[in-house]
Amino acid sequence: MGLLSLAIWTPIIFGVVLLAFGRDDQARMVRWIALIGALVSFLVTLPLYEGFQLGTSAMQFVEKQGWIQRFNVNYHLGVDGISLWFVLLTAFINVIVVIASWESITTRVNQYMASFLILSGLMIGVFAALDGMLFYVFFEATLIPMYLIIGIWGGPNKIYAAFKFFLYTLLGSLLMLVALIFLYNKSGGSFDILAWHQLPLTGTAQTLLFFSFFAAFAVKVPMWPVHTWLPDVHVEAPTGGSAVLAAIMLKLGAYGFLRFSLPIAPDASHDWAWLMVALSLIAVIYVGLVAMVQQDMKKLVAYSSVAHMGFVTLGFFLFNDLGVAGGIVQMIAHGFVSAAMFLSIGVLYDRVHSREIASYGGVVNTMPKFAAFALLFSMANCGLPATAGFVGEWMVILGAVKANFWIGGAAASALIFGAAYTLWMYKRVYLGPVTNDKVKVLTDINSREFLIMALLAVAVLYMGLYPKPFTDVMNASVADLLKHVALSKLN
Amino acid sequence: MIDKLSWIAVYPELVLLIMACVIALVDLGVKTPGRTLTYLLSMMTLAVVAAMEASYALGGQTFYGFGNMVVVDPMGSWLKCFSSITLMVTVVYGRPYAAGRDMLRGGEFFTLSLFALLGMFVMISGHNFLVLYMGLELMTLCSYALVALRRDDARATEAAMKYFVLGALASGFLLYGLSMLYGATGSLDINEVFKAIADRQVKHQVLVFGLVFIVAGLAFKLGAVPFHMWLPDVYHGAPTAVTLIIGGAPQLAAFAMCIRLLVEGLLPLALDWQQMLVLLAIGSLLIGNLAAVAQTNLKRMLAFSTISQMGFLLLGLLAGVVSGNPINPLTTESAYGAAMFYALTYVLTTLGAFGIILLLARAGHESEEIVDLAGLNQRSPLYAGVMAMAMFSLAGLPPMVGFYAKLGVLQALISSGQTSYVMLAVFAVMMSLIGAFYYLRIVKVMYFDAPLSHNAQPVSAPADARIVLAINGALILALGIFPSGLMTLCAQSIKSIVTSLGS
Repeated sequence: MGLLSLAIWTPIIFGVVLLAFGRDDQARMVRWIALIGALVSFLVTLPLYEGFQLGTSAMQFVEKQGWIQRFNVNYHLGVDGISLWFVLLTAFINVIVVIASWESITTRVNQYMASFLILSGLMIGVFAALDGMLFYVFFEATLIPMYLIIGIWGGPNKIYAAFKFFLYTLLGSLLMLVALIFLYNKSGGSFDILAWHQLPLTGTAQTLLFFSFFAAFAVKVPMWPVHTWLPDVHVEAPTGGSAVLAAIMLKLGAYGFLRFSLPIAPDASHDWAWLMVALSLIAVIYVGLVAMVQQDMKKLVAYSSVAHMGFVTLGFFLFNDLGVAGGIVQMIAHGFVSAAMFLSIGVLYDRVHSREIASYGGVVNTMPKFAAFALLFSMANCGLPATAGFVGEWMVILGAVKANFWIGGAAASALIFGAAYTLWMYKRVYLGPVTNDKVKVLTDINSREFLIMALLAVAVLYMGLYPKPFTDVMNASVADLLKHVALSKLN
Repeated sequence: MIDKLSWIAVYPELVLLIMACVIALVDLGVKTPGRTLTYLLSMMTLAVVAAMEASYALGGQTFYGFGNMVVVDPMGSWLKCFSSITLMVTVVYGRPYAAGRDMLRGGEFFTLSLFALLGMFVMISGHNFLVLYMGLELMTLCSYALVALRRDDARATEAAMKYFVLGALASGFLLYGLSMLYGATGSLDINEVFKAIADRQVKHQVLVFGLVFIVAGLAFKLGAVPFHMWLPDVYHGAPTAVTLIIGGAPQLAAFAMCIRLLVEGLLPLALDWQQMLVLLAIGSLLIGNLAAVAQTNLKRMLAFSTISQMGFLLLGLLAGVVSGNPINPLTTESAYGAAMFYALTYVLTTLGAFGIILLLARAGHESEEIVDLAGLNQRSPLYAGVMAMAMFSLAGLPPMVGFYAKLGVLQALISSGQTSYVMLAVFAVMMSLIGAFYYLRIVKVMYFDAPLSHNAQPVSAPADARIVLAINGALILALGIFPSGLMTLCAQSIKSIVTSLGS
C-alpha cells in the first residue's frame, strides 16, 4: 500500500470504526480515538513531504491499479508540486478540528468525529486522484459527510443551509460528470487525467468543456455570482464544519481549475480569461465591500473568504508564474488563516452563544491571550507582511501588474478593503471598554484552545516569514503547467 | 418424445412448481401463527432454485428447449437467480409485518409469492410470444391476489381492483400487439420474427402498428409515463410487504421481457421503438421526479421515484442502436448492459428502502409517512444508515452503487455521439438534481429532525431481518466501491445475447 493510499484510507478506517462501535456514553473515549486517528493520519502524510523530489513536474508516489475494468477506470493516485501541500494541509486541519470540537460537541460525538475523519480522507483523495472518475467519486462523496455535519450539528437554520450547500454544489458537479464522460469517449475510452492533458480538442469542444468544469469549480470556489451559498452555510455550520469548509473544501474547486480547466482546455481558458479575471476582480472588490457591512462575524469572514479566493482565481488566469504560484500559495495561506478565523469565532461563540459583532466589545480586557492570537489572525487576514496572508496576495498582485497594470491596480486596491473590514471587526469585538455583562464574565482560553491557536499561529507566521518550502515544491509543476497551457490544442 | 435438453432447460422451474404445490399442501397442517414451517420450506426452495440458476449462469451456455419455446442463457439465469434472492429477502422483511396484520391466516402469502416467481421465471426465459405472455399473466394474477390479501382493508381492496383493471388492459395491449406481429410475420417464435423482420419481407406499417401496442404494454409493466397511473396507488394501497413483492423482483422480469421482445425479437425495428422510448423516458423522468417532490407518504414517494428510475432505465435501453449506423455489437452491448446493471442495482436499493419501512411498522402503526422516520438516527443508527445509503444510491451519488448505474446509462447515451442523445443525458442529469432533493429530504428527516413523541422508542426487529438488512445496506456501499464484478457480469450476459441475435 502506497503512502497516498495510507493518507486517504487511514482516516476513513478510523471514521468507520467510530461509526460502528462508538456510543454516546463513551464520548470521552470516542474523542481520544478520533484524535489518535487524526494524528496518525497526519503523521502518515509527512513522509510525502520528506520524500518529495524537487525540480520535477512529474507525478510522484504514483499508485495505479485497475478498478473498474468495464470503463477502464483505474485507482490511479499521485501528487505533484501543485497538490502535495493540500494533502498535508487537509490532514493538519483535520487534527485541529478534532481538538477544537472537543467540548463543544456533546451529542452523537462518534458520528461527528467520524464525519470529519471520513471527510478528510475523501478530500485527500480528491487532491491525489489522477483518474477522472476517481476524482469525481471523491469530489462528490465529500458532499455526504458535510451535508450531515451542517444538518445535524448546525445552527437554527441548518436545514436550509444543508440543502443549499448540497444542491448548489451538486448542480455544478453533475455538469462536470457529463464533461468527464465526453472526455472519456473523446480519448478513446480513458479516464486518465494526464492523458487528457495531451488530448487535442476543437475550439467548440474546449469551450463546452471549459464551462462544464466552470460550473463545478466556480460554485465550489465560490466565484461571484455563484457564491451566495457560502455565507448562508458558514453561518449555520458548526465551527469545525466552517473551518474545514473554508480551509479545504473551497480549495477543491480552485484545484480543479488547475488540474482540469487550464490544461485540458487551454485555448478556451485563454479565450475566456477576461471573464474569469472580471469575475475574480468583482469578487475581490465588490464582495470585499459587502463584507464590510456585515453584522455577523461568521458572515463577514465568509464574504472575506470569497474575496480571498478571488485572488486565487485571478492569479490562475493571468497565465504567468507569479500569478499561478501566488494563487496556490494564497490557497494554502487561506487554509490556515480562514480556519484560524472561524475557530476564533468558535471560541467566542462557545462562551457567549452569539455571532453578532454588536454583542461583543472589549473582549481584550477579559481574554488578553486570546485577543493577541485573534490580532495575529486578523492581520494575516488583511495580508500584513510577515504573515501567511501577505505572500500569496503579493505574488498575485505582482503577477497582475506584469500582465496588465490596471488589473494589478484594482487587485491591490482591494487589499485596503480587506484591511478595513477585518480591522474594523477586530476593533468592534476586541477593543474598547467592556460593553456588557456577558463579556465581563468571559474566561480566557484554556490550554486546549491555546494549543490549536498556537499551532495555527506558528503555521501562519512560518509561512509568512519563510515561504520558500512552499514555493520550492510547486515551482517545477507551475512552470510545466504554464508551458503546457501556452501551447494551443487546436490543429 | 421430449429431449433431455428441454428438461434441463426448465429444471429449476419444475422444482419451483413442485415445491410451490407441496408447500401449499403442507401449509394446511401448519398451525403456528408465524407459519414457521411454511416459511422455512419456502426459503429452502428459493435458495435451491437460486443456486441452480447461478450454476446455469456460471456455465455460460445458451441453449433452447421445447422447440425454441424457452431459452437458457446467462442473462436469464442471472436474472432468475437474483429474482429468487430478491424474493427471499422480501419474505424475510415482510413476514413479521404480514404476521402482525393477519395476512398469515393461511399460507397464501408464501405460495402466491412462489407462483408469482414462477411466472417471472417464465417471463425471463420465454422465447416465444405465447410463453412470455403466459408467464406475465401467471405473475400478474398472483400479484392481484397478493394486493388483495388484506381483504378487510378498503384501501388494499381498492388498489387491487385498480391494479387488476389497468393490468388487464395492459395485458390486452400487449397481446394485441403480439397478435399483429404474428399476423405480419407468421410466427410466434422470437428468432423467426427477428429473421422475418431483418429480411424486410414484412410490411413496415403493420409492424410499427403492433410495436406501438407492445411498447405500451411493456411501459405499463415498468411503470413508465404515461402508463404509470396504477403505480402510486398500488404501491400506496397494497400492504407494504406486498408492495415490495410487486416492486422488487418483477422489475427484473419486466426488464428481461423488454430485452426478449424489443432486442431479441424486434432489434431491426430499433429505430422505431427507440423514438417511443425517448418520449416514455422524458415523461417518466419529468413527472416521476416532480411528483415525488410533493409527496408526504413515503410509499407514494418511492412509487414516483420508481417511475423516474424507470425513465433512466429506458434511457439505457434506447441508446443501444445509433441511427444511420449498422448495429454495432459494442455500443449495443454497453447500453443494454448498463440497463441491466441499472435494473439490478435499483432492485437492491428498493429492497433496502422498503425493508426499513417494513421493519419500522408495528402493530397498528404502518410507519409509511415520511414524518414517521423523524429522528430515526437517534432511535436506530443502523436503520438510519441503511436508509440513508439507499437514498443516496437512488439519488445517484458516489460512492453508492446507484451512481455507477447512472454513469453506465449516461456513458451509453454520450458515446452514441448524437447531439440529441447528449442533450438527453444533460436532461437526465438535471432531473436527477431534482431527484436529489426529495431523497435528501428523507435523510434530513432521519438525521436532522427530532423523533416524534409517540414514536421515540428504539426499534426492534427479528434477528434474521436485522442481519439481512445490514447485509443489504453493506452491499449498496460495497458494490459502489467495487462495482467491477457486477458490471462485467451484466456486460457478459448481454454479450451472449447480442452475439446470438437472430440465430
